[in-house]
Amino acid sequence: MIERRPLLTVVRHVVLIGGVALVMFPVYIAFVASTLSFQEVLHVPMRLWPGDHLLENYAAVIAHGSSQGSSAPVGTMMVNSLVMALVIAIGKIAISVISAFAMVYFRFPLRQTFFWMIFITLMLPVEVRILPTYQVAAQLKLVDTYAGLTLPLIASATATFLFRQFFLTIPDEYAEAARIDGAGPMRFFWDVVLPLSRTNIAALFVIMFIYGWNQYLWPLLVTTQESMYVTVIGIKRMIPGGDAAAEWHLVMATAILAMLPPALVVLLMQRWFVRGLVETEK
Amino acid sequence: MEKRVRFRSPWLPYALVLPQIAVTLVFFFWPAAETVYYSALLQDAFASKIQFVWFDNFIALFQDPHYLASFKVTALFSTLVAVSGLAVSLLLAVFADRALRGASIYKTLLIWPYAVAPAVAGVLWLFLLSPSIGILTYALRSVGVEWNYYVHGGQALLLICVAAVWKQISYNFLFFLAGLQSIPGSLIEAAAIDGAGPVRRFWTIVFPLLSPTAFFLLVVNIVYAFFDTFAIVDSTTQGGPAQATQILVFKIYQDGVQALDLGGSAAQSVVLMVIVIVLTVVQFRWVERKVQY
Repeated sequence: MIERRPLLTVVRHVVLIGGVALVMFPVYIAFVASTLSFQEVLHVPMRLWPGDHLLENYAAVIAHGSSQGSSAPVGTMMVNSLVMALVIAIGKIAISVISAFAMVYFRFPLRQTFFWMIFITLMLPVEVRILPTYQVAAQLKLVDTYAGLTLPLIASATATFLFRQFFLTIPDEYAEAARIDGAGPMRFFWDVVLPLSRTNIAALFVIMFIYGWNQYLWPLLVTTQESMYVTVIGIKRMIPGGDAAAEWHLVMATAILAMLPPALVVLLMQRWFVRGLVETEK
Repeated sequence: MEKRVRFRSPWLPYALVLPQIAVTLVFFFWPAAETVYYSALLQDAFASKIQFVWFDNFIALFQDPHYLASFKVTALFSTLVAVSGLAVSLLLAVFADRALRGASIYKTLLIWPYAVAPAVAGVLWLFLLSPSIGILTYALRSVGVEWNYYVHGGQALLLICVAAVWKQISYNFLFFLAGLQSIPGSLIEAAAIDGAGPVRRFWTIVFPLLSPTAFFLLVVNIVYAFFDTFAIVDSTTQGGPAQATQILVFKIYQDGVQALDLGGSAAQSVVLMVIVIVLTVVQFRWVERKVQY
């Protein structure tokens, strides 16, 4: 604090509380709605404190889904989302860490070409190549499979660049010492490079897990069977059209369930999360 | 920057980059090339005849009033999302920066919505603003505002804007906060000793020093509004009413996946590809400049 300004301090608290209220209000209302019965949700205005149908509603969506629109159980969707998020996060880190290692510790023909190829993927999000990407996945028989959900999203320019930047800061003496001791490149990779990269891996894991869990357009294209739906898609399928027709108490329970795992990851790994977010963008 | 010490192997580096390059080729380059190729094809309604028509699809596109309208909607939408999102998060970040009791609790509570999927954000606001049962609809009605986004295009656009900004506040807030914390405290103190009050200090010192962060976030937010908001539109308004919220990405999806207009949707994709390339280049130019000074 530079000077004492009690009034300014009060204003700061008021604005920040306003900001927190803005951020939390929709989530609170969703939580309240998820604890009410169908009749209570449809009552206008809806009550603002939780009801006593919490367990009932959550048990219902996890086991049976909603009776409007899609009736796929949310439990299955949560498992699908979890598999997708984990495979994408681990896969992205794995293939990026080895390609960055190759580019930093080896000199080989086409190295620059590979570097630029990976860079250009930043400019080709799924949204600009929707149909052909789907066709490729269909030709490879990847529709409605976990491989189809994850494989096309697993390349990562940002992760590769982050690891490359980091490897460039590892002192050359480490590699020299390893060579003198007779360690080959893979031994050096496992025993020196990977342990040194732990914090970067943790930071990237948080970002990539959230990225994978929240994917929307690609799962929408590549899954057609209800048993392969991910949670984020499932919510939308529960609102078949016309806002009055949906079973909002169940939709909101699903929304809370869809938010929970990534929110927990952010809260529990906040330090790595902030680091990962700020660094992947640089 | 290069390493002095390297390993040698005729095959190992290729094996190590292979997975990444294979995925890149199969799922990025090949489909992108096909998109460019399709954009020059014309297919009749039964897919029985395919003609190579050069740039006809693009000419048709820019003469199509629906496409131009979609362009306008996207421009308006991304401007609204970027400007209001940045303004709100800058305000919060400035007030959360420097010593304040409870600052870390505020930070945690403001940061976590980063974890919320855009589609979920859309559904949350859809529920709050639903014409029949929404609690905010009820509040608006009690002050005399008739809210029904099924009928009023402007309200539908407002709905997706609010959801998009709400979801993005945490991201902008984090970057503004990081930017603020890199401003040396001595600068602010010197200004305070010279008698500049908090408002003057903000506009003459903090804001100019923060402008690189603000510019970076502006580009990121425009990219976000162009692409990631597909899920918000699809889970709420689906482009309606009467195309009032049909942003470019959503139109590509509708024309390509739902209406199966191969050439037209590919041409739209190519236009969008050009936009991303320009935005990415702008963003990286900025990073380079920042590194130099």
